[in-house]
Order: sequence, then structure tokens, then C-alpha cells
Amino acid sequence: MNSMRELTIGAVIKKPGSSRRNKTGTWRNLKPVIDIDKCLQCDNCQLFCPEGIIKKAKKGMEIDYDYCKGCGICANECPTRAIQMVKEGID
Amino acid sequence: MKEIRFHGRGGQGVVTAAEILAAAAFKNGKYAQAFPYFGPERRGAPTTAFTRIDDKPIRTRSQVKKPDYVVVQDSSLFDVVDVLDGLKNDGLVLINSNKSPKDFKVKNAKVYAIDATSLAEKILHAPFVNTIILGALAAVTNEVTLESIKAAVKERLAGKAVEGNIRAVEEAYKLMKGSIE
Amino acid sequence: MSKKVVIHGSRAVAEAAKLAKVNVISAYPITPQTHIVADLAEMIANGELKAEYIRAESEHSAISACIGASAVGVRTFTSTSSQGIALMHEVLFIASGLRLPIVMSVANRAISAPLNIWCDHQDSISQRDTGWIQLYIEDNQEALDTTLQAFKISENSEVLLPTMVCMDGFILTHTVEPVEIPDQSLADQFLPKYKAQISLDPKIPSTFGAYADPEWYMEFRYMQNEAMERAKKAILDVDNQFKKIFNRSYGGLISEYKCNDAEVIFIAMGSVVGTIKEVIDRFRANGIKVGVLKVRSFRPFPKEEIKKAVSNAKVLAVVERSLSIGSDSPLYAEVKNTVGPELKTICFVAGLGGRDITELDIEEIIKRAYNAIKTGKIEREVEWIGLRLK
Repeated sequence: MNSMRELTIGAVIKKPGSSRRNKTGTWRNLKPVIDIDKCLQCDNCQLFCPEGIIKKAKKGMEIDYDYCKGCGICANECPTRAIQMVKEGID
Repeated sequence: MKEIRFHGRGGQGVVTAAEILAAAAFKNGKYAQAFPYFGPERRGAPTTAFTRIDDKPIRTRSQVKKPDYVVVQDSSLFDVVDVLDGLKNDGLVLINSNKSPKDFKVKNAKVYAIDATSLAEKILHAPFVNTIILGALAAVTNEVTLESIKAAVKERLAGKAVEGNIRAVEEAYKLMKGSIE
Repeated sequence: MSKKVVIHGSRAVAEAAKLAKVNVISAYPITPQTHIVADLAEMIANGELKAEYIRAESEHSAISACIGASAVGVRTFTSTSSQGIALMHEVLFIASGLRLPIVMSVANRAISAPLNIWCDHQDSISQRDTGWIQLYIEDNQEALDTTLQAFKISENSEVLLPTMVCMDGFILTHTVEPVEIPDQSLADQFLPKYKAQISLDPKIPSTFGAYADPEWYMEFRYMQNEAMERAKKAILDVDNQFKKIFNRSYGGLISEYKCNDAEVIFIAMGSVVGTIKEVIDRFRANGIKVGVLKVRSFRPFPKEEIKKAVSNAKVLAVVERSLSIGSDSPLYAEVKNTVGPELKTICFVAGLGGRDITELDIEEIIKRAYNAIKTGKIEREVEWIGLRLK
């Protein structure tokens, strides 16, 4: 967008889903990593994740790292301590 | 333009009286305006309301300071407020009282008294004097017709109250016309 | 058929909202506005008006509910007064920023403290910068007519801003006088059903209330300002369209009364204009050239129109019913800013907290204005009428 004339009246966003373009995963400096062997699939992490980006996988849980901001709530809520917060860039 | 000031106590229906008078004048083809001066509203506290009647649209919005007619719905107010304040020379005062007009010290104005409270007890079995006063006012001023007062009362009051009040208005009108002649 | 009845100003506003076929009303009662929303609630209960009445627990919630309703794309109405509009303050910006054509009737009342329920303009004037159109009216007929006009102005696609219709509390809301209630078919002809350009609809999802970052916020504010400028034309056009259907008009942004050859011109808003006209006619009968310019639209402020209307005057007398403590009062500041220092302008503060503005007060103002003409100078720029200084 270059000109004011392309703006909508009242800043209304007419097309849904525009926030998907904003990959908030890049904000992260700590990354949750799940130890699948310890995971009970109790769903706590999924329920507590403020971003709604954790879902059940075949085994354990799956995190969508495109949007995970690394807040650590999932790790805190995990009853078996299956989730570790690891510094970004270390695998 | 004729300006009327109503004095009463909270709960006596002075505001309603002023408004019914305006509605009645309108029915007679006049322009009219009525409004209250609201003090801290309480039952029993002195209240004031105003009506203006004219042949042309009424634009002024200030309170009535020099009334042509003053209506006192409760004569005990004579001791509390200066009900005659600003009354025009050759103006008229209508008082709800069982006393004679001569008992009120009023200079340069005609004084009429009607025992509206007794009349109200008799006809309405309640001390509602405001419609009675309007019947009397129509009789002594000829500013509005009896018919228009009755029509305005009918419009304003609901249900059972209408019939009694219409009768009260007629009675008061007759009584005052009789006392003039 | 149109009918003429003797009704309160508050009833006239309720009748207008009914004629506009508003879909949603959300309000919280406050003196002297209460009659307006009570009457509307009764109309809905009686089935005379098909609308949703949302009882809110505060004015803040009431205006918030109106925003939701208006965003869905339906005609929305509310009303308030004094501390009530003050409580709405932060939400008023949202209504205008989202460009929602909500109409609000304001029963003008002084602001506490000291506690006071009577009329002045401080409540709505204090909302000057919220981005709402503000119209001030003189009598009960204008209250009805302007409320109808307000929907058409607000909903104009070139405008899309909310409007406050401001009427003097008690002085108009609680006064009965003859008012013509137009026939519904005429109202429908003047004000067809509202069709929102964009609205909240689950079938076509959209976001209302998104943020604008520093890269774009200024542009949105600029657009709001442009819309307010365009509202000037809309207010005038709507008044002309109104005249064609109802045969009544109010001049749009301003209304001039005997201003053409006037040496002294009053500038005022609201019901006091009527009292001023009455006094003017008496002075005119004695050959004294006085006029009054009624500012109907305070936002947008009609600079050009006022400048033109007062170009032959020698002194302007601004009757001011609100303050900006610490500087020039609001209407006076606007007028001075409009006409510049060459034209003598005096500010007469009057009628605060419901103080009666009498015809004698108006005569006194005329005398002081003529004194300024005679002596060639203004004794005091700001005069408080009827103040018990000693």
C-alpha cells in the first residue's frame, strides 16, 4: 500500500485472515521442545497456549513454530515436564 | 402575549396545570408554551410553572418575571414566597382559598378566590386542585374556553380520572362565572 | 397525516427517532434526558416502534452497545446528558474513528461540581474534539426536525460520522409547545432505510477496530477530518432536501436573523437565540440595527459562512454557555479565530448552570456592544452577565 486513498473508511479490514501473514514465530528467543516419550497427550499445553498453535499429533503434540512466540506457558503447565524451553538456534 | 405564573407545592400538579393550559390555548388556535422551574423536587416544596399564550409563535425562553395572571394553588405560600412579584398593574390573582378575596392584601390587581380544595374533596374525593383551578382561570380570564380546557384535560389524564376532573372543571367554571355576575 | 400537537421537547426527539425507524436504542437514564428514552421504551413496549432497546448499566456501556449495533449496519440511536456524556468520552472517539453514523441526542446540562441539573453547554462542548458532528437547536420543532436530519447527514457516504443533536436541558426538554409531527410516509421519503457500505456480517467476515501503526494512523485521522469538512456540504444539502419535503428549513450550518445591515450581531447557540430575536425586534422597532447569527453546527465549525455573514458588523456579541477555564471560552475562541482582531468581539458568559437569561440581560448586552462602538474600544473582553461580584 502506498497511498492513503487505498485505506478503508474506519480502518475496517474487509478480508479475513490477514493476521496469518504476520509470522509471529520470529519474535521468539526461547523455543518449546517436546520430549514425546514423556508426553501423556493430556492436552494441557494445547488448552493453555495463548496463541492456539498446539495440536495433538499421532504421537505427542505438535507446535506450529511459525506462530509460537515462545512464552513458555506450555512448558509451565506440562505435568510431566515434557516441554523444555530451549534457546533459539540450538537444536 | 399573556403570561401566567403558577405557584404550588411539589405534588399539587402545578406543572401539569401549566401544560394543560398551554394545550387548551393551542386548541383555541393560539400559540402557547409552558415550562416548569424545577427546584430540588420534593413533595411539599414550593414549585413554579409558567405558561405563555400569544397570537404569534413564542420565541422567548426566559422565565416569566412580569405575569399578567398569577395562580396560587396553595394560599399558605403567601407566607413563603413572594407570589405577587412582578405582577402587572391591573393583573389578576387567582387563589385556592376558602377565604374572601378581600382577605388578601393585593394592590392594583383583581383577586379571585375559589375553594378548590373543598371542591376537589367533594367531586374527586382527593385534594387534586389543579384542573379545578384551570376551570376557574378560564372563567375569570376568558383566555381559553371551557371546552378547550375540558378537551386538554381529557387528553392529558387517563382512565377513571378523566370523568371526575371534567366535572370538577365544569363546576369550578360555573362557580366562578356565577361569582363574577 | 402530519399533525400538530403540544408536546415536550423530549417527546419531539422521541417522535423523531420513531419516525426514523431506528433499529437499536441503547441508553442509560439521566436528568434531563430521561423522558426521551423512557418515551422510546414505551413506544417499543406498545409495539409502535419495532426496535431493540438495550438497557445498559452505564453510559459507557450504552454507547459501546450502540457501536456494536451500528457496526452491524442498523440505524442506531442513544441519548444522554452531563456526567453521562462525560462517562462516554473515550468511547465517543471510537464511534467516530470507526465512522459509524450513530445519532445521539444530548439534553444539555451543566457539569458537576457543584452538582447542578440545569442547562448549560459544558457537557457537549467538552466532547468537541471527539470527532462527532455537533448540531445545536433552538426550539422543539427544530429538535424533531434536526434529529431526522442528523441520520441523513451521518449516513451520507461522503460523511459517515456520528452526530450529536444538542438541545437545552429543561428549557427545551421540559417545555411544551406546538410541534408538527410529520406523517410517516414523508419521513420515509426523506430518510429511506439505512444501507451500510461495510458491516459486520458472519457471511462476509471483516474486522472493525483494527489498529493502525505509526506508519498509517495519521492518514486515518486525516480522512476523518476530510469527512468532517465534507459534512458542511451535507448539512446544507440535507436541510434543503428537508425543506422540499416538509417545507421547513434551518439554514444548514448557520441561521441568520436580521444580520444584513446589523451593527451589532449576536452569536449564540441553542434556545437563547429565541429570546435574543424577541429583544432584537423591539430594538429594531426603534431603528437600532441588531441581528443574531445562530451557530447550528459547532462541529464542523462554519468559518466561511460566519465570516461572510458578519462582514458588515461593527461589534460581535458572543453569548457563551460554557467555559474553557484558563483560556478563551469555546464559542468565543472559535469566533475570534474566524473573524480576526479587526472586528470587535465581546464574550458574554451567561446562563451557566441554568441561570435564567432574561430579556433584560440581552438588552444589557446590546447596550455594552453599542458602548464599544461609541468609545471605539472594548472595556472588557469577557463579561459575566448577572454575576454577583460584590
